[in-house]
Amino acid sequence: MSRSPSEPTMTDPARPGDHVDATPSTTPAAFGWRGWLRWGWRQLTSMRTALLLLVLLATAAVPGSIFPQRSADPNGVAAYFRNNPGIAPVLDGLQMFDLYSSAWFSAIYLLLFLSLIGCVIPRIRHHARALRSRPPRTPRNLGRLDQHLVDEHEFTEPAAARDAADRSIDAAERVLKDRGYRVERYSTAGSDSVSAERGYLRETGNLVFHVALVGVLVAVLVGSGNAYTGQRVIVEGTSFVNTLSDYSSFSPGRFVDDGELAPYSLTLDRFDVTYEAPGTPAAGQAGNFAAQLMVRDTPTAEPRTATVRVNAPIDVRGDRIYLLGNGYAPTITVRGADGTVIYREMQPFLPQDSMMTSLGTIKIPDGLPEQVGLVGFLYPTQDALASGAYTSVYPALVNPVVTFNVFAGDLGIDDGTPRSVYSLDTSGMTQLTGGDSGAASIELRPGETADLPNGWGTVTFEDMKVEGAPESVLRFASLQVQRDAGATWVLGFAVLATLGLITALLVPRRRIWVKCSLVEPTTVRTEFAALARGEDPSLGRALSDIQSRHHAALTSQTPTQGAS
Amino acid sequence: MNTPTLDSASLLAVWTAIALYVLAFTAYSIDLARRAGASQPRTAELVGARAGGGDRPVSQLDEPDPLRLPPQLRPRAFWARLGTAFTALGLLFHLAGTVTRGVAAARVPWSNMYEFALTGTTLVIAVYLVVLRRYDLRFLGSFIVGMVALLLGGATLAFYVDVVPLMDPLKSIWLVIHVFVASLATALFAIACGLSVTQLIQARRERTSIRPSDARPGAFPSADTLEALAYRFAIVGFIFWTFTLIAGAIWANESWGRYWGFDTKEVWTFVIWVLYAGYIHARATRGWRGTRSAWLSIIGFAAVLFNFTIVNLFFKGLHAYSGLS
Repeated sequence: MSRSPSEPTMTDPARPGDHVDATPSTTPAAFGWRGWLRWGWRQLTSMRTALLLLVLLATAAVPGSIFPQRSADPNGVAAYFRNNPGIAPVLDGLQMFDLYSSAWFSAIYLLLFLSLIGCVIPRIRHHARALRSRPPRTPRNLGRLDQHLVDEHEFTEPAAARDAADRSIDAAERVLKDRGYRVERYSTAGSDSVSAERGYLRETGNLVFHVALVGVLVAVLVGSGNAYTGQRVIVEGTSFVNTLSDYSSFSPGRFVDDGELAPYSLTLDRFDVTYEAPGTPAAGQAGNFAAQLMVRDTPTAEPRTATVRVNAPIDVRGDRIYLLGNGYAPTITVRGADGTVIYREMQPFLPQDSMMTSLGTIKIPDGLPEQVGLVGFLYPTQDALASGAYTSVYPALVNPVVTFNVFAGDLGIDDGTPRSVYSLDTSGMTQLTGGDSGAASIELRPGETADLPNGWGTVTFEDMKVEGAPESVLRFASLQVQRDAGATWVLGFAVLATLGLITALLVPRRRIWVKCSLVEPTTVRTEFAALARGEDPSLGRALSDIQSRHHAALTSQTPTQGAS
Repeated sequence: MNTPTLDSASLLAVWTAIALYVLAFTAYSIDLARRAGASQPRTAELVGARAGGGDRPVSQLDEPDPLRLPPQLRPRAFWARLGTAFTALGLLFHLAGTVTRGVAAARVPWSNMYEFALTGTTLVIAVYLVVLRRYDLRFLGSFIVGMVALLLGGATLAFYVDVVPLMDPLKSIWLVIHVFVASLATALFAIACGLSVTQLIQARRERTSIRPSDARPGAFPSADTLEALAYRFAIVGFIFWTFTLIAGAIWANESWGRYWGFDTKEVWTFVIWVLYAGYIHARATRGWRGTRSAWLSIIGFAAVLFNFTIVNLFFKGLHAYSGLS
């Protein structure tokens, strides 16, 4: 019984060798490869390594916020390559544009998780044993502990004192048990004592937190392999069928079979949006976006209506449908010189600013003497700047105007190279109107028709109100289709980790001892002592609380006996 | 009253609060200077009321923890009391300004950078004053009130925007939860950082002083006490920050169709989380407890401020809600 009270016991949590609560390892230096392995493993699972890897992880994540990432901002990466042709390939070689899937970033977090698992597994084993073991023996000298309180009661008869000592220790055991302590009685020659411990949940929470973090990582990795995401632009009155060929873009996870998509269809009935009135501080600010959809869950199912809003995706057969963007899709008709319709499309124009100045292209590969490309600007509320350039001053269709620059030559699509429908590569083409061509741009209001250059035919900006639409120009909605069954698991593990964290940081782990001894034949001394295991700011209060409860238990039991 | 009238009333209240905080900062600073001159903690006249015993030296048990004194037993330092009075009065105006701004906008007053700074700094002062009832942290007053006066004044000058309706992506219950908890975590980290800075100063003083009594000239508690207190604020802040991270991911999943996308703001929230995780580990690592872990707490809070200012203003990303153009 010469142990110091702070010496480790069975119920203490296991800790890496360099943890402040751990006893320094006294294992002699080992030789041979086994010794080196053991040494290496101990280094990897030490607190210092975990700390180093955490700081490294934080530092390594920072460049990803400085350089554009392909996953989040592919256009930014392309722009970076254009603007910094010298340094960009070097950075790319260092995987700076795919930082979070890069070899070195992965190496850091995998090492961190390896260190975590290596640290946690022996602790789980140890904790499982500790949960079944009893609180440790009462130290002989309680006065040396962090907190120590003493009650002394004098009695007239030695027998009464012995009786009171027995009652006192029984009461202490009951009080501690009621307060959720695990208790054990110990007796030595001169004293009886109760050893009590609580807060095993602290270590349980700590372990749950760390294991749940592994769960988050696994759920993210497995989930992303089975997830897919696709984008599609739908113009009012048109439909989208959930097949690979109907997507504008589609990125599947590693294990996704893209032939297995559920064959539902979505029709955009109407797209609603409101704009702040002119003259207010936020004039023109758009809001209350709502894509009114008609959903058919299977090709033969009855259609149902659904509304997709920002922050409120809808669920269609396990896919989540999000509203990402919107804009105008003017209906443009091109006729040949003989009046036959060569082209008629509702072509989505991409918004370029908050006033919905929108840019779109129209490509006519066949039917005219040469291949023709039109680069168009739509100004929903057209006005002219002092320079004469057009601009839109309000996002709604107050005074819509479309202008076209006409290019003729090679559209660059004959060899099968995939081209964006939103941009025109003019390198193989001659500009016929607008810019330096000498001819003015074509300028149209809804319902108007203009001649194409060289008498090739005409182009018409259709007024859709004529065909029963609410406005002269139709709108489009850009939808994102997302499936990620892993997300629920990630959330589940994250919540578990948080609960573990709260328990691990806030539940105090403490030991309390109550010892009764007869210092004189007629004097009973009851000592209360407490020891913190880990952070425990309220240890002193907890001990005096136990003391007063013990006092109350004794008084209520024998209201007339005992005087101090 | 209409929106512009309410909003200008709010601005007036905010500037009044800033003026009061400057006064509080001055008073607290005078108090600090006077403490540095005093030679002994002014708590000697207090009698330890706890039962003692055993073979421990009595003084060790009976000396009450000067940090934990209830308000009525604390030393009645005039300048510190004046500082706290100015701070409390400042908070009244500050709170009025924040609430009025919310009423003027008819929504929660933390929807752009100016409003976030307004609410965040209100919480820093409120948490400081609440904590003051339990711990005598008036030596932190200069740091906290000075920082808030700078942040609030700076935000009002640089980030102020007129009340405008919410953008669609912000119309969500998560705006209320995610952003509020983030500013609460920020408030706790700020106090932890202040304590860590004080801890570094005090640790240096303890290292360099010849006589032990010189190390504690009534100004600050011991470095160990400061460290334990900083840790307590940091862990509660860390729990809130973890919640912020998860709530943000849930919101991102509702709004952007993915729960995590390494957006610049997400990256920095993650970096801050990892830094404080490192701090908590450092506190438990032999050789890192003390000065080294305190630096991690300070770096963590520097990252919080960086995330709020530089990342919001200069980094491209989806969290483009500063309201500034």
